[in-house]
Amino acid sequence: MQVTSSIREPLITGGKTIRDVSEDISRQVEGKPTQLWWIAMGISLVALAFGFYCLCTLLWEGVGVWGLNKTVGWAWDITNFVWWVGIGHAGTLISAILLLFRQKWRMSINRAAEAMTIFAVICAATFPFAHMGRLWLGFYWVFPLPNTWGSLWANFNSPLLWDVFAISTYFSVSLVFWYMGLIPDFAVIRDRAVRQGHKLRANIYNALSFGWDGAARTWSRYESVALILAGLSTPLVLSVHTIVSMDFATSVVPGWHATIFPPYFVAGAIFSGFAMVLTLLIITRKVFKLEDYITIYHIELMNIVIIITGSIVGIAYITEFFIAWYGQVPAEQYAFFNRMQGPYWWAYWSMMTCNVISPQLFWFKKIRTNIVATFILSIIVNIGMWFERFVIIVTSIHRDYVPSSWSMFHPTIYDMGEYIFTFGLFFSAFLLFAKFFPVINMAEVKSIIKSSSEQKH
Amino acid sequence: MDSNKNFVVGIFEDEDVLLHAVEHTREKGLKIHEVYSPFPVHGLDEALGYKRSRLPIAAFLFGMTGTSLALLMQIWMLGYDWPMIIGGKNHASLPPFIPVTFEMTVLLAAFGMVGTFFIASDMKPYKWPRQFDIRSTDDKHVMAIDLATNKMSKEEISALLKSQGASEVNEKNF
Repeated sequence: MQVTSSIREPLITGGKTIRDVSEDISRQVEGKPTQLWWIAMGISLVALAFGFYCLCTLLWEGVGVWGLNKTVGWAWDITNFVWWVGIGHAGTLISAILLLFRQKWRMSINRAAEAMTIFAVICAATFPFAHMGRLWLGFYWVFPLPNTWGSLWANFNSPLLWDVFAISTYFSVSLVFWYMGLIPDFAVIRDRAVRQGHKLRANIYNALSFGWDGAARTWSRYESVALILAGLSTPLVLSVHTIVSMDFATSVVPGWHATIFPPYFVAGAIFSGFAMVLTLLIITRKVFKLEDYITIYHIELMNIVIIITGSIVGIAYITEFFIAWYGQVPAEQYAFFNRMQGPYWWAYWSMMTCNVISPQLFWFKKIRTNIVATFILSIIVNIGMWFERFVIIVTSIHRDYVPSSWSMFHPTIYDMGEYIFTFGLFFSAFLLFAKFFPVINMAEVKSIIKSSSEQKH
Repeated sequence: MDSNKNFVVGIFEDEDVLLHAVEHTREKGLKIHEVYSPFPVHGLDEALGYKRSRLPIAAFLFGMTGTSLALLMQIWMLGYDWPMIIGGKNHASLPPFIPVTFEMTVLLAAFGMVGTFFIASDMKPYKWPRQFDIRSTDDKHVMAIDLATNKMSKEEISALLKSQGASEVNEKNF
């Protein structure tokens, strides 16, 4: 009783049955990791170890090992922080907002995208913690905990404190959302393990699934939980980057002090998040042979999101320049003139090329349905988004109101090491996820097999 | 047939056949213990006569708890316990407290609701579920009928399920 729509492209190809879905997705969890997996894991762990050494040096010696100076007090650390938080926006956007809009194409990609979100937010969180220098005191500075200075409470008027609450809530709620989605799929692996006679695996996955039974009553409750979580996550995901942008926008630094920042940062975050989802999924679908589940059509739809958000970001850049000219504030005008033509011109023009010009190539159907082109452009977009944050942060403060204190920022090996640390952390976590957890939401994909999959010919 | 078995278990391959079977068997006066599916089947809860979940109410109450706790915490800490002038602003002014209040609302609503879901569904990591057929997480829909709550005989139920499109009818004892 399979129905193929004549007006929509199938979301699942290859004439898959419901049983094939369990089989194809569970196989990588049950088998031994491939050689490729070990090689990737090895590289990630080397990066992690080197980064850990740099992080320990930083904590032992202090923030002075970074290339910061009196003028540029925020540089790579905050750039990397905002970059990772931005990447962490795609997962919950895909699973929450696309769920509310009933977009079925989210179903093949939401699991991996949410995992990516969680790991990206963990990577982001390492930077502010490292920047505090004295980690052990950090908790008193960022959380309202009773302390021996009064209690002198944390300052709730500060956007930096809002950020702590926004990011920790975002992380916790995304984790819960992701885990709720995993529960029925853990039960699939449990029951397969029972049938295959793997007692230990069955027990582990039963514990992970909280003893899921798949009863109609449980499914009914489960669906209302998913809907409410999506409803809660939608304003949450928009609030997070809004608050991150307020770290800058509420200051009086020319180049930061702009009311356009919240929507502009949110669009940029979705832009970079989708690019990272594409980078990861193009590799994942190849390695785990999931071409029938993550099809060219999925990639094309994500590329369309990239064109839209990339264009919004482009308009935001132009608007900033227009307002600097129209506002007639000399300091503001200089900040933007300096971005374009000052000593950091190369960062500015890299940002413009990668973020504004390159995604426009996706207007061509040939390019947005081409895997190699998409893969390259998805990396270019994330390079561009890193430069965007670098341009906003460093070029706005390296030439401040007092020309005698103008300065440049030169990263040290420890700046780079911490960035490398987060890459090691991100990829080793993602590889562990891809090995031990089902990378595609089986229950959701099974529910659309009848309506949205390709018929066997 | 073993007379100790107390559940009749019908296996269905297709969700639409299952939905019709649920509606028809309930019209014939059969009480269904529960239906187990590998994925959520739309309309199944209505067909079985289940009421809408009250979890959204739980989420709302937890959310409101978060809102009040966050506001009370901020107003008490910065307004009364240790008032300080920061940037020349009032000790306790509402606008800067909104972001933290919003985040706490979402946090408590999400965690409270999910916690309630686990309690309501009696789900725990160390508990094994009662499984009528292990294929119900793979590709089969499983309808379980408790003989104790039904007047019909095993054979009658079996024939009824078969006539409604069940691909197999088994028995299970718990």
